Amino acid sequence: MSTLDLIQLNLLSPPILCFFLGVLATLVRSDLRFPEPFYQGLSIYLLLAIGIKGGAALSGNSGSGLWLVLLAAVLLSAATPLWAFPILRWLGRMSTADAGAVAAHYASVSIVTFLAGTAFLDALRVPYEGFLPAVVALMEVPGIVVALLIIQRFSGQRTPWTQSVVTVLTGKSVFLLLGGLGVGLLSSPAGLAKVEPFFVYPFYGVLCLFLLEMGMVTARRLADFRKVGAFLVVFALVLPVLHALLGIYVGQLCGLSRGGAFILGILAASASYIAAPATIRLAVPQANPGYYLTASLAITFPFNLTLGIPLYYTFSNWIFGT
Amino acid sequence: MNLVTMKRVTIVAESLLTDRLQEDVVRLGASGFTSTLAEGRGSRGVRASEWEGRNVKIETLVTPDIADRILHHLADAYFANYAVIAYAHDVEVVRGDKYR
Repeated sequence: MSTLDLIQLNLLSPPILCFFLGVLATLVRSDLRFPEPFYQGLSIYLLLAIGIKGGAALSGNSGSGLWLVLLAAVLLSAATPLWAFPILRWLGRMSTADAGAVAAHYASVSIVTFLAGTAFLDALRVPYEGFLPAVVALMEVPGIVVALLIIQRFSGQRTPWTQSVVTVLTGKSVFLLLGGLGVGLLSSPAGLAKVEPFFVYPFYGVLCLFLLEMGMVTARRLADFRKVGAFLVVFALVLPVLHALLGIYVGQLCGLSRGGAFILGILAASASYIAAPATIRLAVPQANPGYYLTASLAITFPFNLTLGIPLYYTFSNWIFGT
Repeated sequence: MNLVTMKRVTIVAESLLTDRLQEDVVRLGASGFTSTLAEGRGSRGVRASEWEGRNVKIETLVTPDIADRILHHLADAYFANYAVIAYAHDVEVVRGDKYR
């Protein structure tokens, strides 16, 4: 399949079309709005479902090579600020707080981008490892901590990073992903078969609803696009592509399948816009959310979702030589 | 009915600060508070959280001393970097001794 075919396959999938529908709803000022408890319910469902699905897949095999992949994922996330921060601080001439805050976002991950990547693989019938939700959970935190330590080192201002670690680790996304993995892993096959109609079949429908909301949220940020400056726009488009290559390559080195390495590439390429902003806002209040949230949510997220996924899949084909 | 004059301090802030503000208010001497989700528009217009709740409104009934302490603390700790507004009124309260 050519890259163009892959782009078409991705753009014309129901979840991505729903994302565009959400963007359109905001642009035409539709009164469509998700009540907050509804949004919360959808995100709890998605996080728990992806965890259970991963745990169930994991119980089927030994998860060989799991530890190496988990270690690589943590290192990948932790190392990202080491190059993202200097680029932003000295090439982009951002303040220490702003550069560190943006670096933290690119070192953490976007779960929705991960879900869109797995949906893409499912559509192509490409298999991937079941333990990947654990990788997602582990990649949320380390990069944020390293970025906070860098800010502390260069600004001399104390960042309450231990408190931030606890906040993210006990936050609902890490908690439900890891908890779901445990539930899926420990449940009997007969028990899992009972919850399958709820957690497996409606999954992509719920993802469509969630992306509809994400489209609306993203579109509300689009107006800030001009305020972030050309440098950050280029950064938010180029860094994910390089991270994807790195992630896929590291995935291959760790012995992941082509699908699994593609997913690691997507995770490396994605930027957080839920866990990281909440943490950074409290730990580094002087950093401007207009930079970090706009870059990750209004630029990198839609790019990864639409063009990034098929592009990274092409990368994984190159790297795996198929 | 026996009414007592007290201060009602109202704080409207970005919702990420909810836990911190509630702890602060109690630590500075309030015996309780009422917290509601709120929406609105202001001069800052920047939020780090687009969808985990927008704003929070915290109201508490306190003595003038404590009201003063709370307002000073808000000015020191939050006004520079966060979207926070705060104001105080005199209010006539039933069962005034409940708040002392």
